[in-house]
Amino acid sequence: MLSSLPQPRSRRLATEESGVVPVAAVFAEALKDGIGTYWAALKDPDAIAAIRLTALAAAISVPLNLLFGLAAAWSITKFTFPGKNLLITLIDLPFAVSPVVAGMTFVLLFGAQGWFGAFLADHDIKIIFAVPGIVLATVFVTFPFVARELIPLMHEQGVETEEAAIILGANGWQTFWRVTLPNIKWALLYGVILCSARAVGEFGAVSVVSGHIRGVTTTLPLHVEILYNEYHFAAAFAVASLLTLLALVTLVAKSVVEREIR
Amino acid sequence: MRSLLFLGSLAVVPWAQGVAQGTITLLNVSYDPTRELYQEVNTAFTASWKTKTGQDVVIKQSHGGSGKQARSVIDGLEADVVTLALAYDIDEISAKGRLLPPAWQTRLPDNSAPYTSTVVLLVRKGNPKRIKDWDDLARPGVSIITPNPKTSGGARWNYLAAWGYALRKFGGDQAKAKQFVASVYKNVPVLDAGARGATTTFVERGIGDVLLAWENEALLAIKELGPNRFEVVMASVSILAEPSVALVDKVAKKHGTTAVAQAYLEYLYTDAGQEIVAKHHYRPRNAAVAARSTAQFPKLVMFTVDEAFGGWKKAQPEHFADGGTFDQIYQPGR
Repeated sequence: MLSSLPQPRSRRLATEESGVVPVAAVFAEALKDGIGTYWAALKDPDAIAAIRLTALAAAISVPLNLLFGLAAAWSITKFTFPGKNLLITLIDLPFAVSPVVAGMTFVLLFGAQGWFGAFLADHDIKIIFAVPGIVLATVFVTFPFVARELIPLMHEQGVETEEAAIILGANGWQTFWRVTLPNIKWALLYGVILCSARAVGEFGAVSVVSGHIRGVTTTLPLHVEILYNEYHFAAAFAVASLLTLLALVTLVAKSVVEREIR
Repeated sequence: MRSLLFLGSLAVVPWAQGVAQGTITLLNVSYDPTRELYQEVNTAFTASWKTKTGQDVVIKQSHGGSGKQARSVIDGLEADVVTLALAYDIDEISAKGRLLPPAWQTRLPDNSAPYTSTVVLLVRKGNPKRIKDWDDLARPGVSIITPNPKTSGGARWNYLAAWGYALRKFGGDQAKAKQFVASVYKNVPVLDAGARGATTTFVERGIGDVLLAWENEALLAIKELGPNRFEVVMASVSILAEPSVALVDKVAKKHGTTAVAQAYLEYLYTDAGQEIVAKHHYRPRNAAVAARSTAQFPKLVMFTVDEAFGGWKKAQPEHFADGGTFDQIYQPGR
């Protein structure tokens, strides 16, 4: 009897539950002490500062990596030049290196005892344990997302349409804006979505370079950790629920874009 | 255009905060379990400084494992004051970062430690494994949670407390003490980076039979998470932990905060400061305040690092440096 149950449906239910339960748990924990505590946690000056810093890091790293990813994917798939393989390897580096190691490398370079430490101190420039370090770490870990999304697609599309455009008299910019970009816009958007999600959620590399000065160098994920460690469980989950909401938005946007790509 | 302006304002704000008009900002880089203590100290000191001088002070906090925090200050985290778990970490800042003089510890009373604590055993309610003293930790089948001595100050006090107990038990025989501590650490399944991480592993994730903890950390965990879940066991003998505080001269001078930073540390020794200290389960130095809080702090036989180990300058390389006794006895993942 049991074996006659419609299998696909129950399997789908299981997948849905496995996604829904943790998300529901975050919100349940966040609202455990009532909506008042929830709002208080989000309106806390340190939380606001964390939101602002996270937004800043994403607002700098996403456009930067959009430009870089586009330029890199374009040159890699449409041209041949010496050092092409090296460039591909460099793009993949942040995927291969543990974020913690990336953070340590920044400390090694820009820390007070690091290679550029004395120079930076002389000019009173702060990178590590300050906002620039956090932005730098975020840029690094989100480096590959756009390029990696574009390269396979652009490779597959080849150069025929661009060649046709140039034969028909289009210059380089016209070819890019009217031919290349329309072909890749959804994949580009997809890369940007992934890049933004990672920029907001990054923990490891940012944790190493942050110095954890609350209200100054703590991003949202770091703020969640601090609250949790201070036994403010409801507040920790309240802030975590922001990240969860953002993740849900990302997933919806991602699936819309995926449909367009297909 | 408007969105560009908005981004611009976002970019400016984090840097603008440090130079708000007439407000002095201090950064106190501290270790893990002092989070609640300094929250209250900072509020009290800010008010007292305002009435005394009319100046507004904002005190920023950073917390983490003591060794890791010292490392960050050496690497350029601009702390005006450090309030760390043990003197050796501040010695390191002096030696490697050259940010304060080597004799910093003599500048404030009581070895620059305005409060003390000790190492206690936190067990689950009813003490199911019947853990009474250090000997019980060496028994097979007892799971012990303690942080990593390489990164955590509390963990180093824990380690030396066990070692010091064994030295007394075996009449000063270092080899036997090492063997004893080795059998204790054989029972440690995981080493967290800081004391607070270890506490959450024990109380929240429910791992382990006993947590080696700062007395203040254990009392706080019980207060925050319910007296019906855990109880404190005082061993027959333990270590007198002296968490030290110091002005980071070079940074404070650069920031122009020397006077207020010095006053901040001195505030910890005042009656008001000592009351806050006791409230947060640290043992106050002030005899009158201590007398009022004896219920919280049972009398205990305690030895100091100087007595049992000849001071931190000797104990640190011997036990915690690369290849020290800790590396010899602890192999992870067994």
